[in-house]
Amino acid sequence: MGSRLILSLVCALVLCAGHTALRADARARLPLARVAAGSFRPLLAPSSDGEPRAVSVRSFWLMTRPVRNDEFLAFVSRHPRYRRDNIPRAFADAQYLLRFETPTRLGGGARPLQPVTLVSWFAARAFCESHALRLPSEAEWEWAAAASETLADARRDDAFRRRILDWYARPVGELPDVPHGPKNLYGIADLHGVVWEWVEDFNADVMVADGRSRADTAAQNRFMCGAGALRADDVQDYPAFLRLGFRSSLQASYTTKSLGFRCARDDRASAQKERP
Amino acid sequence: MIDATDRNIRTLWLLAIVGCQQPVQERPPAAPSVAPSALARDTGGSGQGDLGPPQGPPIDAVLTAAPQVPPPTARKQPAKVVVALEVREVELPISEGVTYTFWTFGGRVPGSFIRVRQGDTVEFHLRNHPDNKMPHNIDLHAVTGPGGGASSSFTAPGHQSQFTFKALNRGLFVYHCATAPVGMHVGNGMYGLILVEPPEGLEPVDREFYVMQGDFYTVGKYREKGLQPFDMQKAIEENATYVLFNGSEGALVDDRALKAKVGERVRIFIGNGGPNLTSSFHVIGEIFDRVYPEAGTRMQENVQTTMVPAGGAAIVEFKVEVPGTYILLDHALFRAFNKGALGMLKVEGEENKDVYSGKEIDSSYLGDMMMPGGAVSVAAEQASQGELTIEAQIAAGKTLFTGTCSTCHQLDGAGIANVFPPLAGSDFLNADPRRAIGIVLNGLIGKVTVNGQEFNSVMPPMSQLNDDAIANILTYVLNSWGNKGGRIAAAQVSAVRAATPRPAGAAH
Repeated sequence: MGSRLILSLVCALVLCAGHTALRADARARLPLARVAAGSFRPLLAPSSDGEPRAVSVRSFWLMTRPVRNDEFLAFVSRHPRYRRDNIPRAFADAQYLLRFETPTRLGGGARPLQPVTLVSWFAARAFCESHALRLPSEAEWEWAAAASETLADARRDDAFRRRILDWYARPVGELPDVPHGPKNLYGIADLHGVVWEWVEDFNADVMVADGRSRADTAAQNRFMCGAGALRADDVQDYPAFLRLGFRSSLQASYTTKSLGFRCARDDRASAQKERP
Repeated sequence: MIDATDRNIRTLWLLAIVGCQQPVQERPPAAPSVAPSALARDTGGSGQGDLGPPQGPPIDAVLTAAPQVPPPTARKQPAKVVVALEVREVELPISEGVTYTFWTFGGRVPGSFIRVRQGDTVEFHLRNHPDNKMPHNIDLHAVTGPGGGASSSFTAPGHQSQFTFKALNRGLFVYHCATAPVGMHVGNGMYGLILVEPPEGLEPVDREFYVMQGDFYTVGKYREKGLQPFDMQKAIEENATYVLFNGSEGALVDDRALKAKVGERVRIFIGNGGPNLTSSFHVIGEIFDRVYPEAGTRMQENVQTTMVPAGGAAIVEFKVEVPGTYILLDHALFRAFNKGALGMLKVEGEENKDVYSGKEIDSSYLGDMMMPGGAVSVAAEQASQGELTIEAQIAAGKTLFTGTCSTCHQLDGAGIANVFPPLAGSDFLNADPRRAIGIVLNGLIGKVTVNGQEFNSVMPPMSQLNDDAIANILTYVLNSWGNKGGRIAAAQVSAVRAATPRPAGAAH
C-alpha cells in the first residue's frame, strides 16, 4: 500500500513536470466573458474570529459555456499522455473519458458539442493550461454563478433558486449541446442546469467529517450535517449546499458522468490595478 | 455493596446511641431490592454485544424490498456479513399519474431491509451508481462509532466505499443518507431498516412485514399529475404533500396488500424515515398484542396506536382472528385520508362470529339529522304528503351522504385512489343509475372499473338505510359533481329490496 502511494507520488511529479511543458494552443479560441468584480458572502463564509466575512472577487474572465467534447478530443490528440489509454490511474479513475468510443474518436456516445464529462481535475487543469487559461477558483465560480439574467447576486431570488434546485433533483440523463440555457448578466450560460463543474480549490470544504480522520481539522469540519446547517451563512441556500456537498465528495482523480468544467483567466486590467 | 452495608450498620448504631429514646427497628441493612432483578433482565446493551470474532466464511446478506423481510439468520455464532447496497436516483410513481425523482438505497423506497445478528461483523459496501448526480453516504443507527458510518461511506457518483462495523446493540434501526442537505436526501426517500436480531433470534411468527412511513414535499398539490419536483420551502415548513407507506400511494393496497390467514401471528417492522413527521401507527380493527416501542428491547402489550418517531422504528405483533381487510394508517387522520398514509392487510379464512358478529342491529338512528326543519325531515314530511320535490330529495340526500357515505367516497365524491371508487363524474354510475340501488342495498365485492381505473375492494351492504334514505342519497349523487342527473324514487328501492334474497337474520 505504502509503496503504491510512493509510486503515485512519483508519477505525480513526473506528470506535473509535464504540465509545465503544455504549450498554449493558439488555434482554438475558447469564448470568454468578463465577470465584474464583486464582494459576496458565500454559503460558508470564511471566519477568523467567528464573524463571517465577505469574499472579494476581482474581475476575471470565464468561458461562456462548459468545455465541449470536440475541444477535449483535440486536446488529448495533441497531448497523448492525457488519452484514456495513457493516463496513469493516479490522475484519472477508470471511467475517464469512457463516453468516447475510442481514446481518439468521439463516436456515437459523445456528440462534439456536448459538454465533456468523465474528466478528472488533473485533466481539466491541464486542458485549461494548454489554452493559457486556468480553472476558476471556487469563489470566482460561485460569484459568476450567483448571477441571473438580470441580477448580479440572485441567490435569494426564489424563482432562480427553484430552477437550479430542480436540475439538482434529477438524475443525469442525456446532456444537451452547449451553450444550452439562457445567458446570465455577464453573457455566460449553463453555470446551472447542464453539468457540475470542477473548480481549482474544489476540496476547500470538507462536508463530512467524524472528527477521526487526520483531515478533520477544525477549519475543514465546518460542514458536517447539523453543525454545517448551523454554521452555514444561509441555511436555505440548498443549491450551494448541494454543490459544496458534491465537491467535497471528490478526489482529484475522480470522474463522474455529470461533472465537466470551464476555464478562466485573470483580468489583466484588474491584475495590473491591484499591483503596487 | 459491602461499603454501603457497613455505612448502613454504622448509621444504625449511631442512631441507636444518639437517639436512645427512638426505637431502632431491627432489620437487615437495606439492600437495593429492585436493582438486582432489574439488572438481571437487562440485556446488557453494547457491553454484552461483542460475542467474539466472526466464525466461518463471510455471508452475503439477503436484502429484500418492502414489504418483504429477509428470513431469520438462524445462526448460533457471530459471522462476518457482507452488505452491498447500491444508491440509485430514479423516477418512480408516487401516486396515480404522479412521478417523483426518488433517491434510493437499492432502487426502491424504503431501502432494502438488512437482517443481521447481534455480534455480527458487518462489511458494508456503498455503491453510488454512475448515472447519479449526487454524492451519497449512509448513517446506520445500528453502528457504534462517530457518524454511524456517514463519513466512511461518503461516495461520489460512479464510485464505491467500504467500511466495517460490529453490531453491538440488538434492535430494529433506521439507516439513512447523511449527506448535506440531509433533510433533502431523506426527504427524497433515502432511508430503510436494519434489524439486529438478539443472539437467540426473535420468537417465530407466521408472517413478517416491512413497512416504512415517510413524508414527501412536492411543488404540485397532492395528486397533481406529472413529474413533481421536491419543494424545499414546504419541507422547511413541514407542510407535507404526501405521507406514505413504502414510498407510494397504493404501495400496500389491493393486489399489493399485506396478506395473512386467520389464526396467524403477524409481525410488522414499522419504521419512519421522516424527514419531519412522527407517525401514530394504527391498524383499524386490530389491537397490537405486543409492541416494542421505539423498537427497543422492552415489550408493551395490548396497544391500539403506537408512535413511531422520525428516524425511529417499532415492532408490532398481533394475531389475526377475523377475516377481512384491515387498514394500516397514520392515525393523524388527514395524513391518512388526504395525503396517502393508508395500507391494507387482507386476512383470509373462516368467519369467527364469536369474536366479531358483523352487523346485528340495523334500525335507523338518524340523530340530529332528523331534527325538525332539517333537510331529512323536510323530505320525509313532503314524502308523507305525496309531494316530494327533487330539491328536497337532493338536500336530504346530501345530509345522509355526509353522514354515511363520505367516509369512503369523500365529501366531494372523489373517492380514494386505488381504494374507494369515485362517484363524481362516474361513468360506472351514469351508465346504469338503477344498478346503484342494488349496490347500496347489497354492497359490492370484487373488481369494478370506474373511469378507466380498476378497483378491487369491498363495499358493505347499506341495507340498514330505509328506502327513502337510499332514494334521496342516490338522487343527490346523480345531481352532483358532474353526474348526468336523474331521480330515484323510494318505490324503486323497495322493488329492488323485495327482489333481493337475504340470508336469515340479515338486514332487510
